[in-house]
Amino acid sequence: MLELIWLIPLIPLCSSLLLMLTAGRLPRLLIGYLGVGSVGIAALLTLAAGIHFMANPEPFELTLWTWMQVGNFAPGVAFYFDGLTLVMMSVITGVGFLIHLFSTEFMEKDTSYARYFAYLNMFVAAMLILVMADNLLLLYLGWEGVGVCSYLLVGFWYQNSANGQSARKAFIVTRIGDTAMALGLFLLFTELGTLDIQGMVAMANETWQVGDSIPLIACLLLLGGAVGKSAQLPLHTWLPDAMAGPTPVSALIHAATMVTAGVYLIARTHGLFLLAPTAMMVVAIIGIATSLMAAFTALMQSDIKRILAYSTISQIGYMFLALGVGAWTAGIFHLMTHAFFKALLFLGSGAIIHCLHHEHNIFKMGGLRRKMPVTFWSFMIGSAALAALPMTSGFFSKDQILLEAYQLPGMGPWLWLGGLLGALLTAIYSFRLVFVVFFGKANTEPDRDTGWRMAVPLTVLCALSLIGGYFIIPVEAVFPAASGEHPAHWVEYVSISVPLIGLLLAYLIFHSRQLRVDGLVGSRVGQLLRRFWFSGWGIDWLYDRLFVRPYYELSGMLKSEPVDVIYGLIVAINQTLNQWLSEAQTGRMRWYIASMVFGLVVLISLALQISPEVL
Amino acid sequence: MVMVNLILILLVGGVLALLSERLDENMPRKVALGVVVVDLLYFLNHLLAMPELNQLQAPLASDPSTWLMHFRADWIPAFGVSIELALDGISMLMVLLTLVLGAVAVSASWTDVTVRRGFFEANLLWTLAGVLGVFMALDLFLFFLFWEVMLIPMYFLIAIWGHENRGYAAMKFFIFTQASGLLMLVSILTLVAVNHSATGQWSFSYFALLNTPMAETTAHWLMVGFFIAFVVKLPVFPFHTWLPDAHTQAPTAGSVILAGILLKTGAYGLIRFAVPLFPDAAMDFSYVAMVLGAAGVVYGAVLAFAQTDFKRLIAYSSVSHMGFVLLGVYAWNELALQGAVMQMVAHGFSTAALFMIAGSLQERLHTRDMREMGGLWHYMPRMGAVAMFFVVASLGLPGLGNFVAEFLVLLGLFKVDPWMTAIAALGLITGAAYSLLLMQRSFQGEPNPKLADHGLIDFGGREMLTMAVMMVALIGLGIYPQPVLDLAQPVLQSLLEVTP
Repeated sequence: MLELIWLIPLIPLCSSLLLMLTAGRLPRLLIGYLGVGSVGIAALLTLAAGIHFMANPEPFELTLWTWMQVGNFAPGVAFYFDGLTLVMMSVITGVGFLIHLFSTEFMEKDTSYARYFAYLNMFVAAMLILVMADNLLLLYLGWEGVGVCSYLLVGFWYQNSANGQSARKAFIVTRIGDTAMALGLFLLFTELGTLDIQGMVAMANETWQVGDSIPLIACLLLLGGAVGKSAQLPLHTWLPDAMAGPTPVSALIHAATMVTAGVYLIARTHGLFLLAPTAMMVVAIIGIATSLMAAFTALMQSDIKRILAYSTISQIGYMFLALGVGAWTAGIFHLMTHAFFKALLFLGSGAIIHCLHHEHNIFKMGGLRRKMPVTFWSFMIGSAALAALPMTSGFFSKDQILLEAYQLPGMGPWLWLGGLLGALLTAIYSFRLVFVVFFGKANTEPDRDTGWRMAVPLTVLCALSLIGGYFIIPVEAVFPAASGEHPAHWVEYVSISVPLIGLLLAYLIFHSRQLRVDGLVGSRVGQLLRRFWFSGWGIDWLYDRLFVRPYYELSGMLKSEPVDVIYGLIVAINQTLNQWLSEAQTGRMRWYIASMVFGLVVLISLALQISPEVL
Repeated sequence: MVMVNLILILLVGGVLALLSERLDENMPRKVALGVVVVDLLYFLNHLLAMPELNQLQAPLASDPSTWLMHFRADWIPAFGVSIELALDGISMLMVLLTLVLGAVAVSASWTDVTVRRGFFEANLLWTLAGVLGVFMALDLFLFFLFWEVMLIPMYFLIAIWGHENRGYAAMKFFIFTQASGLLMLVSILTLVAVNHSATGQWSFSYFALLNTPMAETTAHWLMVGFFIAFVVKLPVFPFHTWLPDAHTQAPTAGSVILAGILLKTGAYGLIRFAVPLFPDAAMDFSYVAMVLGAAGVVYGAVLAFAQTDFKRLIAYSSVSHMGFVLLGVYAWNELALQGAVMQMVAHGFSTAALFMIAGSLQERLHTRDMREMGGLWHYMPRMGAVAMFFVVASLGLPGLGNFVAEFLVLLGLFKVDPWMTAIAALGLITGAAYSLLLMQRSFQGEPNPKLADHGLIDFGGREMLTMAVMMVALIGLGIYPQPVLDLAQPVLQSLLEVTP
């Protein structure tokens, strides 16, 4: 059975190609069946593969062909299937299927229905290749492939130039990370002679000692790719803008799957990172810093999708924190639960946007609780899981991360404190969203409620967000076992109670309004902070001044081609000489005779000077 | 004899195309297409009959019979000049590329040439003949002759059928190539003289001139003569300034051939002559060459980003991409060289296609200025989708040929000089910047209603077929490049043995 796993990415790929080649000439219903059905079949096949794997949990390798062979460089088009792959594939095809189904209603009226599903199917195929690849080069293929699909989908409504701008920003910023990652691949291959992940990690452990500098550099370069794709500091700025794409795209690509590719990459190469404790520390610090930065920013946003985007950045920060402290399983677990509840929240926001005439501003919503009950409950459950309220899926995964972070010798308690602050902020901003949008008085009337193709995915994701915490992911053979020790009970109690405090604060501030923060916000410092956080800590502004504008200026300066000036000079000299000499060509006989005589005199006198005996 | 026929078919075909205009003014393009296709089929027919292709061996410099094909006939025996042609894996690839892109070029100018159509097609075919000669000649005198033969018809193509500033562009192209060609001629003649004084025999044969003993300084100067001729053609920063003008002003078919094939003669010359004839000198010089290559990668990309002219942007992207070829050649290990060869092929297809799109736009909109475009996807979705394909190919999307090329070059280069690799890798980022900007300004954005007045017609069957050929080629190179790698491998192996 596992010999057939190559079909799983192939089916969505074929569907995508078919949709592209027929260029929208198929009937709409068929387009929907192709787009949704191909991912559905992939999900069923993944399920079947999962059942086989669970019966006999041995990693499975499958080489389709040797991609290229030059000397000893021979990466294959080859897949590696283990528990981690299975988790990732299940998320991609499962959540992916639900989002595809949701899309059929969301994109119903769009003229480019086929193009949409062509891109979305292509994305699923590329993402599957990314997580199934057995070597870093094939992984890189998937990595870039999802990047291009993300670019195409963010800029899906291409007639608005702002969308194109966001799409290009997304691609170029992640490409900066990708380029670092490519250099990492060069380094690893040059040093170890293979890019095959399992072989490479084994070789690395034979070749290097813990703390050597080459694995550190290699890990930092790979981390460059990871922070780009997973929108972590300092390469996170593309994600909020990427919300320009259709909302189901944001749910699939910019919440559930692609943005977690960086987490997957580090988890997959954890054997390498364990050789570089400094790199792990960097991962943890990036994680916690990003998580807090994004949480503060999310608190200030008014665009529903931007709130969720910053929240995604923040939650992936938690995953990085987990990876950095060696809580591999917890990191992947959070990746999975986050995929459930964040996809749910994005789809929920999609439903609102769909039914509210493309309204994005939460302060223009309000009172939607009664009119959109399915969406309301989706948001309640999704936000509860996001805030990690007890018994939701998010609680189990985030709690695990915080506890393991606490146990890290040295910095552990500090990371834990940071994580707690983040959890508090998360609870506040997620319930701020719920209270503002669903309670209070209605500002905009929805013109419809969700149809079944939206309601079903929402309901299923609600269920997953609730019970996902009880899933056991089959990765115990992939990662080194956790220590198994438990910190003191008070640590656990604090971790549990912080989100509840956040919920209470959100209630008091945004719903019952018993806690007035106007004075605080209205003060001078409050205003400054608000603007600073609203702009995402001014990082976009900074990059604009540091990189974007100088690059425009540089290219504008060089546009006139300074090198050509040199050649122009040569031409000018020649032309001047030509002019001078053609002055002599007057066409007058007298002038020619006179100059000949003059020349003769000069020549003869010169000859006499040199050798008088000539005459 | 096959190789001679390949060239003769094109030369005679050119004359036929010229004459056929008297029958019917639509005749020349059909004749030209027919001639190129016949030539291609003739070549393929011979290749398929060659058992050696399954069992490739390294072509030895000492023994021409180890090459896939070899032909020799006396021409001017007194000076040791002969008609000597030979074919190994790399030249075979280049000949195939030339003929396929030759057909693409004819198709690209199917409708946009309206005056002196017979002479146009004739020049096209004669350029191709010259290029084939360059890729196969192994007598240096003959090589130089072909080097000139491909130049003159190309000059006419630009000067007669080019765009608004064609006179300037054609002259610039001619002078740059001619001046640098002259340096090569001097180098060739000196090399032959040096060889004569060492062996007492006059010979222009590649096989005889390899391993010519000479003083270190002589070798350095001669190598520089060859180097400059080839890097001007490639082109390499800072000798590239003829290219944006020539490519922009040339008619579509001219741009396709210039970018797709003519640039590759420079790369081919470096691999075939500049390094093997003077291995020690070339290795001493490799750092300089790599610096120029990396500079070209970045410089070309930055300038491409600044352009507003659709064709000029693509022209500068060639400068950037050819920088990778130079890096690959002078990193001089198997990975990097394979990357350079792959880049020659892949860039041939991707750029030819982009120039064809540029030509189609110019034909429809009568402008190349991207500020007057925008939203073209709306009017011409097929062309937009095709353009998107080649844009992502050119920015190095894995799964397409250009990625394999650039990855191998950088991987090979990393072993030699990691810092240089890091600088060249900036090309991946800047490449994305200009490529996507091209797409944004022309096909994306708000549809410009003024454009609709031009009666924009989307790509039809002829264009889609031509594009499909190149798309399939790039996908093939991207997911299974092995046939190309296998063809080049034995050649590179014997080349790598030449150098210390």
